[in-house]
Amino acid sequence: MEEKGTLKVKTGFAEMFKGGVIMDVTTAEQAEIAEEAGAVAVMALERVPADIRAQGGVARMADPKKIKEIMAAVSIPVMAKVRIGHLAEAMILEALGVDFIDESEVLTPADEEHHIDKWAFKVPFVNGARDLGEALRRIAEGAAMIRTKGEAGTGNVVEAVRHARRMWKQIRWLQSLRKDELPAAAKELQAPLELVQWVHQHGKLPVVNFAAGGVATPADAALMMHLGMEGVFVGSGIFKSGDPRKRARAIVRAVTHYDDPEVLAEVSEDLGEPMVGINIDLIPEEERLAKRGW
Amino acid sequence: MIGILAVQGDFREHEQMFRKIGVPTRRVRRAADLVGVTGLVIPGGESTTIGKLAREYGVEEEARRRYQEGTLALWGTCAGAIWLAREIEGYPDQPRLGVLDLSVARNAYGRQVESFETDLEIEGFDRPFHAIFIRAPVITRVGKGLRMLATYRGDPVFVRGERAMVTTFHPELTDDPRVHEYFARLAEEEVRAKAG
Repeated sequence: MEEKGTLKVKTGFAEMFKGGVIMDVTTAEQAEIAEEAGAVAVMALERVPADIRAQGGVARMADPKKIKEIMAAVSIPVMAKVRIGHLAEAMILEALGVDFIDESEVLTPADEEHHIDKWAFKVPFVNGARDLGEALRRIAEGAAMIRTKGEAGTGNVVEAVRHARRMWKQIRWLQSLRKDELPAAAKELQAPLELVQWVHQHGKLPVVNFAAGGVATPADAALMMHLGMEGVFVGSGIFKSGDPRKRARAIVRAVTHYDDPEVLAEVSEDLGEPMVGINIDLIPEEERLAKRGW
Repeated sequence: MIGILAVQGDFREHEQMFRKIGVPTRRVRRAADLVGVTGLVIPGGESTTIGKLAREYGVEEEARRRYQEGTLALWGTCAGAIWLAREIEGYPDQPRLGVLDLSVARNAYGRQVESFETDLEIEGFDRPFHAIFIRAPVITRVGKGLRMLATYRGDPVFVRGERAMVTTFHPELTDDPRVHEYFARLAEEEVRAKAG
């Protein structure tokens, strides 16, 4: 008797990414660079978030042809993004054999009320969250992994830091409560009581939690690890920089050795131009990607 | 003391399991971390990433020296099993320790949607072990002198030599400490034999 697509198999797979870096790539060649640098997985995309932001228009799931090319180019797992609520895009990705699906606010939402019912799929999902309640709502829908939303495509880590800190602050707050105070806490967080109780007992999310959205340098990646994140997604930060090969390699080392200042100093040196970056305060409210999803 | 290679992967789950059975552990990221360690666990993770990072900062070289000297026992789970195998089919240049005479095929069960869990009979265990296989490798050849302790669909999934063992599944993702106890004994016997 063997069982596939179980919760344990999905969340267990996410455990294997820990201490690793998942990189956005738009071509087979970029995927090879990411694998060579030591990425634990790649995210196959049509356009990186910085370009989506600059070019505007509706951002959708990548062309299956492109995803297949990337899957053929590397031996590491391949993830791909679908629009929030777009279960048909998710069905397509599952049929292609993609290893993980990111139901992502970086793409234009397809449903402004409902996220995908992720229990209905064998393939695991990762979702973005800005706080604990949002993370637990996604887990209740079947997400096997959580990442901070940050603010993708900006090269500015400040939002990812805000989301990571908020999530941990709320987890510590939950731990400080008495058991009979948890139902009120669940109401406040707008999250299922069962999951709130789990977090109260264990002091962490029930699934792996990565940083994402604005990581551009090895130091940014190390910072997110110090804030209790279990690994890092890097989107535009690598292939929008001057020397992607070198920067990708450096960010991987920074995540492994985040607690070793000597290694951090060594890998941070002479990386060429970082992506330019955007000051979040200058982005109009309605153009902020983190606001998508609920 | 059991060392756990902590360059990438689910090393915390291994730590927690050893803590549960009262065995002290240490995270290993550099060669110097292996001092005083009698058994090294290589966790699940991405084998290409672990291979690259273990080669830097001297861990691979020191682990090889200590293993050959007979003072270090080794256990690789999934990606860790790939790291210990002499041959990785189709990826001859993938960095690895390569001390166990095995051939492995990476991701041979298929992509993630083919990952599975099942109950396994393991030699010497009095009841089945619940095994979780995640993008697992298949062991396609087992060298002379190695023992197959468990098979699944005819393929070996738990193999041991004198002082090294591999599992292509993940005992660290369960609540069952029996494989960890098995390795802790193997590492301890190794030291005792050396000391005696």
